[in-house]
Amino acid sequence: MKLPREEVLHLARLVRLGLSEEEIEKFSVQLSDILENFEILKQVDTTNLPPMAQSIALQNVFREDNPHPSYDPEEILANAPQREGNYFKIRPVLE
Amino acid sequence: MEELYRLTIDQASRLLKQRSLSSVELTEACLRRIEQIESKIRACVTVCAETAMEQAKEADRLIASGQDIDPLTGIPTLIKDNICTKSIKTTCSSKMLENFIPPYDATVVKRLKFRNAVILGKTNMDEFAMGSSTENSAFFPTRNPWDLNRVPGGSSGGSAAAIAADEAIYALGSDTGGSIRQPAGFCNVVGLKPTYGRVSRFGLVAFASSLDQIGPITKNVTDCALVLNAIAGNDPNDSTTVPYPVPDYTKALIPHLKGMRLGVPREYFVEGMQSEVESTLERAIERLKELGAEVNTDISLPHTKYALAVYYIIAPSEASANLARYDGVKYGYSYQEADNMWEAMEKTKQYGFGAEVKRRIMLGTYALSAGYYDAYYLKAQKVRTLIKNEFEQVFQNCDALVTPTSPTVPFKLGEKLDNPLQMYLSDVCTLPVNIAGLPAISVPAGFANGLPIGMQIIGKPFAEETILRIAFAYEQVTQWHTRKPPV
Repeated sequence: MKLPREEVLHLARLVRLGLSEEEIEKFSVQLSDILENFEILKQVDTTNLPPMAQSIALQNVFREDNPHPSYDPEEILANAPQREGNYFKIRPVLE
Repeated sequence: MEELYRLTIDQASRLLKQRSLSSVELTEACLRRIEQIESKIRACVTVCAETAMEQAKEADRLIASGQDIDPLTGIPTLIKDNICTKSIKTTCSSKMLENFIPPYDATVVKRLKFRNAVILGKTNMDEFAMGSSTENSAFFPTRNPWDLNRVPGGSSGGSAAAIAADEAIYALGSDTGGSIRQPAGFCNVVGLKPTYGRVSRFGLVAFASSLDQIGPITKNVTDCALVLNAIAGNDPNDSTTVPYPVPDYTKALIPHLKGMRLGVPREYFVEGMQSEVESTLERAIERLKELGAEVNTDISLPHTKYALAVYYIIAPSEASANLARYDGVKYGYSYQEADNMWEAMEKTKQYGFGAEVKRRIMLGTYALSAGYYDAYYLKAQKVRTLIKNEFEQVFQNCDALVTPTSPTVPFKLGEKLDNPLQMYLSDVCTLPVNIAGLPAISVPAGFANGLPIGMQIIGKPFAEETILRIAFAYEQVTQWHTRKPPV
């Protein structure tokens, strides 16, 4: 079984992930194999069961909104691929 | 003493307090050891000798001042390279973060530095913690010190191999589906995954946020308790940490198991399990009985067989969302030759991520995408509820569960690299624990043909004291942990 090529490309586009021809071919086989293994979950009756997002009961943890010094812009921007002054420089979004 | 690097935290700390050893001597010994054997093991991505020596001198000054010091003061450690260290590269063993220098320390690192720990460097891992062999590192694979042709496990393979080979006195790892325990088992060291919410993940590069935990990798159980004492606790920067007080975990370490009720769930003795692993566990369970534990081998967790599917839907789904941030704009690798923004983003991920990371992003995107969400992601979350409930039920009559850490001994490099499903099966005993958010520890339990086998002890939520006690009592009567690899 193989995942159709169009489906692999559709998924990659959803997450803006570039793939080589070789990767498209490999993933269409491997993803299909893995997804086939997930079919086992169909055997489980989950009627009326709530979904579980995480394992602890904490919800809405609040704190006081106190101002405090933030990071040094130089340290943050030191990792920027492109910068201009104290800004991240990016490509045009609307052309 | 010639081989200072062989010391445990407990031993080294006593010597430091008596002033018969200095942190500088101990740090130098570890750095020399790293220099001597790293070409064989390749556990470290970064070694920061200079800052380590400065930290050692500072620790010695503190000790000389006669202040009451913490057991971790002056003790050299290695940190997995997905845990942020201010001014020290944190790469996640990925080309994407190859040159990333965090502007802040992870909370766990801050807690170690507060105790004047000495940070020797950062350890190799499967890229973004995705893998079970450390072969998915974008830089190089790490070797198992017990057999250089075999993997150390993963994803914290660098941390586990380094401690097995005495490159540091202890290390930190992270565990999303077994990434501390499986490599600890493969390398004959102790590895603990705390309860979800016990240790802050602030500054841990996110993989699967509902499963990730940071924990210690150590040479024995006492050291494990000492490190947990330092890193556990509530953190305002991680809203999933619980406000419960942190006990002194070393107080739980008593050398018998009288009154302890242990369960052995039969589903963990899976098909395909190596017979040596099974017989080793049987012997280990006999020792636990001799220590006074009441062992029930008629325990069943029937939904265990669904855990692999649940995990490999939920973890990649969360990963696909968490890794969307690597777009080449704010930090990390950035493809510059593109014609437009979308192409730049696509090529950044294409060249910045390795095969397993891409595979999981694709898998997670599939499970979350329109038309498949209910059948995969939502279904997995509901089965997750069942798995958690099942553990809760079993824990009504047991204090802890005992299982193998992995169904096999360490496998050969390359053996499972082209077969993702086979690789995923390596975590079959550890990942139900993350799904349910429970604490679990792996301790050395024996050898087969010179290769280590680990025993996993699973506890109730926030019952780290119970599993440490069981591990400690077992360690006192077996001493597997004192065996050293031939490097």
